[in-house]
Amino acid sequence: MKVLVPVKRVVDFNVKVRVKSDGTGVDIANVKMSMNPFDEIALEEATRLKEAGKVTEVVAVSAGVTQCQETLRTGMAIGADRGILIETGVELEPLAVAKLLKAVADKEQPQLIILGKQAIDDDSNQVGQMLAALLGWPQATFASKVELGDGKVTVTREVDGGLETLALQLPAIVTTDLRLNEPRYVTLPNIMKAKKKPLDTVKPEDLGVDVTPRLKTLKVAEPAKRSAGIKVPDVATLVSKLRTEAKVI
Amino acid sequence: MVALVIAEHDNASLKGSTLHTVTAAAKCAGEVHVLVAGSNAGAAAAAAAKIAGVTKVLHADAAYFADGLAENVSEQILAIAGGYTHILAPATAYGKNILPRVAAKLDVAQISEITKVDAPDTFERPIYAGNAIAYVQSSDKVKVITVRSTGFDAAAAEGGSAAVETVAAAADFGKSAFVGREVAKSDRPELTAAKIIVSGGRGMGSADAFKILEPLADKLNAAMGASRAAVDAGFVPNDWQVGQTGKIVAPSLYIAVGISGAIQHLAGMKDSKVIVAVNKDPEAPIFSVADYGIVGDLFEVVPQLVKELG
Repeated sequence: MKVLVPVKRVVDFNVKVRVKSDGTGVDIANVKMSMNPFDEIALEEATRLKEAGKVTEVVAVSAGVTQCQETLRTGMAIGADRGILIETGVELEPLAVAKLLKAVADKEQPQLIILGKQAIDDDSNQVGQMLAALLGWPQATFASKVELGDGKVTVTREVDGGLETLALQLPAIVTTDLRLNEPRYVTLPNIMKAKKKPLDTVKPEDLGVDVTPRLKTLKVAEPAKRSAGIKVPDVATLVSKLRTEAKVI
Repeated sequence: MVALVIAEHDNASLKGSTLHTVTAAAKCAGEVHVLVAGSNAGAAAAAAAKIAGVTKVLHADAAYFADGLAENVSEQILAIAGGYTHILAPATAYGKNILPRVAAKLDVAQISEITKVDAPDTFERPIYAGNAIAYVQSSDKVKVITVRSTGFDAAAAEGGSAAVETVAAAADFGKSAFVGREVAKSDRPELTAAKIIVSGGRGMGSADAFKILEPLADKLNAAMGASRAAVDAGFVPNDWQVGQTGKIVAPSLYIAVGISGAIQHLAGMKDSKVIVAVNKDPEAPIFSVADYGIVGDLFEVVPQLVKELG
């Protein structure tokens, strides 16, 4: 069984981005870029399924600029067998990414696609669900446990107030939540091995997908700043301030 | 222009998130309809009809709507989507799961987690964990939107008298099945609806240590939350998580205990009215957003706080 894992190159989660002074976006020149953390969890899960003998091949896919190759190499160091880069300079919206991935899935015919639940840059939380709809597949988002069986996958999901479990017929889509697993550290030998794994590059035109953005970003602005308050010397002062000044208790 | 709100409910009653979504919908269009897709969900549909500002409730009932499966609910939305200029759902685990399927099938972009409606086609939404606000304009024929509850007041639950219209149920998608649910039993208020929240972070040190927060939460009738670090460390369940990838909250009072204040956490709580921070590190970033800070050992400060509250 083949598993497809889409991965996104994003600004590293430790970087505090700054809004450009002209309001056209955030400044990502010369900042550290990394694989979206939820996508690492997705790759780890796929790799574990392969190590458990339930999956034969793990294919990592990324869409974006040439440098996404680095993200794919990291993915192959975690455990993907090969990579596919859909190369484009266009800023891709989730719908366009879902269409590109559908085209790749139609070609690759995976039984399972595992994605991160959301990317930490645009915080959209859309691609997995959109891809499921376009493919006509069932979905289990925000997964905290995945059990791959014969022709089906049983997934425990993180929902408001607790957990729920779904059984999906394969092929299916799973999106990862935080507690699904803890991704491994990539080792130097695996980084070296990853350099030799195959990486194909295609263009959106090759896949017959129009990636023109649908939304227009009029501007990007700083959020309203919250100013620091005061440090109080003791608990009694705190309670008195909360009662008489802030009036919240 | 007519907007359609997808109700989040448990068949018997509506979730509070639905009321906030109705307020956002009313800012988008002159008329607001609500879809209740459920199983024996007559009570939820009746409740939707009473929301102030709602002019029509569409009620689709089938056994396979009982558990809110994304595949089935999205098919139902698509079956009635014609004629609506806006389709909105709460940006909760429920709405986020369903709505992108609808957008993809309609071949339109989805605008996620809006916090403000500037015009019927222009919306504000936070990106990069709330470190920037994007003003986005959509030229799609239908605007498909998820709504962040903290950005909009709740519509009045009473006062409306909309007609409830039964609509034919869309067919069962059939490739997914609900197996079971483990609901955390709690007498405390729900995290996203609580007026006061007591949250713990990595500084708590262990799952056991979270017990020290319970008397404080009891005293204040508060919900309990946590930072991602505390969830990661396995101290508390994931649905306690406040932050970029967890819940977004804005209570009157947020008490952050042993939370350093990573940007991802601040993204989930910085719209709280009053923030109190307890941390032993005077340089912790949480103090830069806290109205009141106490530098000290939480294991001493928290019991003192409980005592002082009387």
